[in-house]
Amino acid sequence: MENQDKQHVLSFTQLGMVLAILLVLTGVTVGVSYIDMGFFNIPIALAIACTKVTFVLLFFMHLKYEGRVINISFISTVLVLVILIGFTFWDVAYR
Amino acid sequence: MSSQVDRAGIKLGMWLFLYSEIILFGGLFVLYAAYLHRYPEFFAEGGKELNRVIGAVNTIVLLISSFTVAASITAIQRNAKKQAVGLLLFSLFCGVVFLVNKYFEWGAKIHHDIYPNSETLVAGEPGVNIFFGLYYVITGLHGLHVIIGMALLSVSLIFVLNGKVTASRFSMLDNSGLYWHLVDLIWIFVFPLFYLVL
Repeated sequence: MENQDKQHVLSFTQLGMVLAILLVLTGVTVGVSYIDMGFFNIPIALAIACTKVTFVLLFFMHLKYEGRVINISFISTVLVLVILIGFTFWDVAYR
Repeated sequence: MSSQVDRAGIKLGMWLFLYSEIILFGGLFVLYAAYLHRYPEFFAEGGKELNRVIGAVNTIVLLISSFTVAASITAIQRNAKKQAVGLLLFSLFCGVVFLVNKYFEWGAKIHHDIYPNSETLVAGEPGVNIFFGLYYVITGLHGLHVIIGMALLSVSLIFVLNGKVTASRFSMLDNSGLYWHLVDLIWIFVFPLFYLVL
């Protein structure tokens, strides 16, 4: 029955460490937002958010342990999103 | 139960659905990006109206609940049913805390005459109006997802109690967990973009 794929079990300690990283990064975003860096505030906030999201995806959502089909389809979705947001913003910003 | 469970297929199906959700929220973030570019100072003004403390608390609550959902899957894989039940109950509690916070947050905004089509917003700057319009649409849609996620987790909890979700067959819990993490992912972007814009 259990022949097709062995399930990867993440230990509580591993999950707890991911949570700790996420909480620290939340603190960093809040802290950084008090420093006025003009234009750079938003890219920095987004970079931290992307880092947090990566941790959630890789460990909480097990993406690190999935097969090729899910990995490739996920990356394709992110690319579509990048094109959707990037190109629209580009058009609006440099019109 | 002679038929084999296609676990990979079940999971891929769930991910395909999650992709559509990502694009759905992506579309709303396109609007955010375009209008932020047009009205940066009014977005900052609107962002200052939002309560950072409630936003931060809700972020922490969602992160912790994501952890407990992931941990409940580990527990069920190790056959620790009671632990899994406890962790799921705690996750549901976090969901309730999030929604209660949201209720008070929206309540305070509505009390200050800040809601779609309110006089203050309609008569005021269009930039601020758009900021709060996006705020209500995105956090509202996100809140709806929290409610759906809680419903899915409750069903999974019942299945765990019934013995329908077990160490050898836990796709229902796994997929509900994925949905719950997606809700968390979206909030990770909503929090800095709405509450922390300068």
